[in-house]
Amino acid sequence: MFGAKRIDRASGLGPDVSPEYRELVERWEAKADRTPPRAGKGSGAVDRTISDVPLKALYGPEDVAHIDLARDLGVPGEYPYTRGIHPTMYRSRLWTMRQFAGFGNAKQTNERYHFLLSQGQMGLSVAFDMPTLMGYDSDAPQALGEVGKCGVAIDSVRDMETLFDGIDLGAITTSMTIKGPAAIALAQYIVTAENKGIPRGKLGGTLQADILKEYIAQKEWIFPPRPHVRVIVDMMEFCTREMPRWNTISVSGYHIREAGSTAAQELAFTLADGFAYVEAAMARGMDVDEFAPRLSFFFNSHIDFFEEIAKFRAARRIYARHMREKYGAKDPRSWQLRFHTQTAGCSATAQQPENNIVRVAFEAMAAALGGTQSLHTNSMDEVLALPTEKSVEIALRTQQVLAYETNVTNVVDPLGGSYFVEALTAEMERQAEEYFAQIAEFGGMIEAVEAGFPQREIADASYRYQRSIEAGERVIVGVNAFEKPDETQPPDLLKIGVEIERGQARAVQGVRESRDAAAVESSLAALKRACAGEANVMPYLIDCVKAVATEGEIVDAMVSVYGRYTETTQF
Amino acid sequence: MTTTNAPARPLRVIVAKAGLDGHDRGAKVIARALRDAGMEVIYTGLFQTPEQIVQTAIQEDADGIGLSILSGAHMTLFPLVVEQLKEQGAEDIVFFGGGTIPQDDAEELKRLGVREIFTPGAPLSEIITFVERECGKRREAVG
Repeated sequence: MFGAKRIDRASGLGPDVSPEYRELVERWEAKADRTPPRAGKGSGAVDRTISDVPLKALYGPEDVAHIDLARDLGVPGEYPYTRGIHPTMYRSRLWTMRQFAGFGNAKQTNERYHFLLSQGQMGLSVAFDMPTLMGYDSDAPQALGEVGKCGVAIDSVRDMETLFDGIDLGAITTSMTIKGPAAIALAQYIVTAENKGIPRGKLGGTLQADILKEYIAQKEWIFPPRPHVRVIVDMMEFCTREMPRWNTISVSGYHIREAGSTAAQELAFTLADGFAYVEAAMARGMDVDEFAPRLSFFFNSHIDFFEEIAKFRAARRIYARHMREKYGAKDPRSWQLRFHTQTAGCSATAQQPENNIVRVAFEAMAAALGGTQSLHTNSMDEVLALPTEKSVEIALRTQQVLAYETNVTNVVDPLGGSYFVEALTAEMERQAEEYFAQIAEFGGMIEAVEAGFPQREIADASYRYQRSIEAGERVIVGVNAFEKPDETQPPDLLKIGVEIERGQARAVQGVRESRDAAAVESSLAALKRACAGEANVMPYLIDCVKAVATEGEIVDAMVSVYGRYTETTQF
Repeated sequence: MTTTNAPARPLRVIVAKAGLDGHDRGAKVIARALRDAGMEVIYTGLFQTPEQIVQTAIQEDADGIGLSILSGAHMTLFPLVVEQLKEQGAEDIVFFGGGTIPQDDAEELKRLGVREIFTPGAPLSEIITFVERECGKRREAVG
């Protein structure tokens, strides 16, 4: 799409080189050709990234000869934002340190939030448990054994009130990682705030809401793709009108990567999902500049340091180009890809878990060098269980050391102009554009997802990766090299007992008994009519929440109109 | 990797996901690896109940069931599958599993009748060897 041909010396990053330099390079090449590659552990993958992108031993001006300084790099804070979305980046403002947290019941999680805020965390990020994410109440048969395990259980607005007890929702920003029931969680948040006297227009935060990646990777869906996207567009429309500080969708590659994708797949499928929402909202008749400034992204930071930095830089450039050239956005804020980053859970190992602290530090640094707007650093023990308070503290301190001690924040895009990083950034963009072309052949991303295309690509990549580990081509310290055979696990893992599940089940039953049943019924009936018709569902969801309908009841009402999605299984 | 007295019909294994857990990367990789090792693999897909998993295993005349859980619900769902196997008189089916399962939980599950628990980082070759050996024994015993 953005053709690359050799450009002249004045505008190019790679200048024409002198005969003296050319001679030096030829000498190096001769030596390099004679030098045998390293043997032994992990030597099978010296010539490629973790995503199998081929690597040369040395990069030079010839590798960036096609890069035009003005067209491809520009300056920070200006189109195409390759070097960052703000003119001075972390010099003027550090990224937001935002640790994702949630477990057990709302009261326990509220205590963790107060702890994190007291330790210098700058924003909240809610992890919900599986039943909440799938639209089941804690006493549903499907919830058995899952309540409070992967996050906090939220059944009704009563739980949401407890979750934010003692926290000023007008002063803090909150990110909520929820997709299928995202609109319901937003309604609960609005009602919680308004009950405390904070109007919805003052609320700041982000909903993940990205449902397309659920079908692709994370598998926490409720309805089929099309009605889900309709509810998302309703939410975008509602927030545009009533919640100027709210970010409607956090288009997420994190889970795509965790499911085993390559870096380029993460980049391509995530951006394609984002463009699908842009297209859906435009099809509704919304102006792109009206909603696009409040779309944000969420990427994984994996262990292949330079590949990740290249991925982040490429993401900004691709997004800016498509938003301006393809979707006709005119507001520069619509061109800016803002993103949250989380270090790669799938790079953490159960063996020698302390090593994960080191992995997280490298991954966090890649995110900072890639220009992230906010960051979650994983805790060392998350591969074993929910993180303990101690390990969460280390993870947060890792960010603080990075931000305040290493000085990587002092210069904007410090790797910009690196022959290697620029070449790899361009390669990431090229691979993403190749995927966009394949997706277009399906008729668009929703169609590609329905056909299982990204799902297949990811499963193949994940199997290839696992095979390369098995073959010893790649080394994972503590797993297939440098093992400690007699290792025992740390004894102080955080576990959520059955009493939480029982207590939460009793609590939601108590909620159902203590409210005005007729008000619940009529609000749910009105919601069903809205779902079946054309009306925006948000006000109806807010009414249901005000009547203290539970999440499970609201979801059931919507399922009665939209149906539940079932996946065609493939491996 | 197959032994000399390998059965004529390939071993048949169910790879299962239970509860609300959508983490299917590991299950799919294991399913492919077992298939590539010459076994017949049936992947149940997501969100199966313990009853459904055991029913599928019986209907398919499977030699083994591998259950993957990464949501923390392992102490509820693994014992329910064991119970179902007992109730259906299908305890000869080799029941094993994997996921983010702490060591002490894994030991408890093995005490309850789960044959083996593989945790993150377990080599595919180790899992394949286990399944071939244990399911092979089951096949010989059952015929």
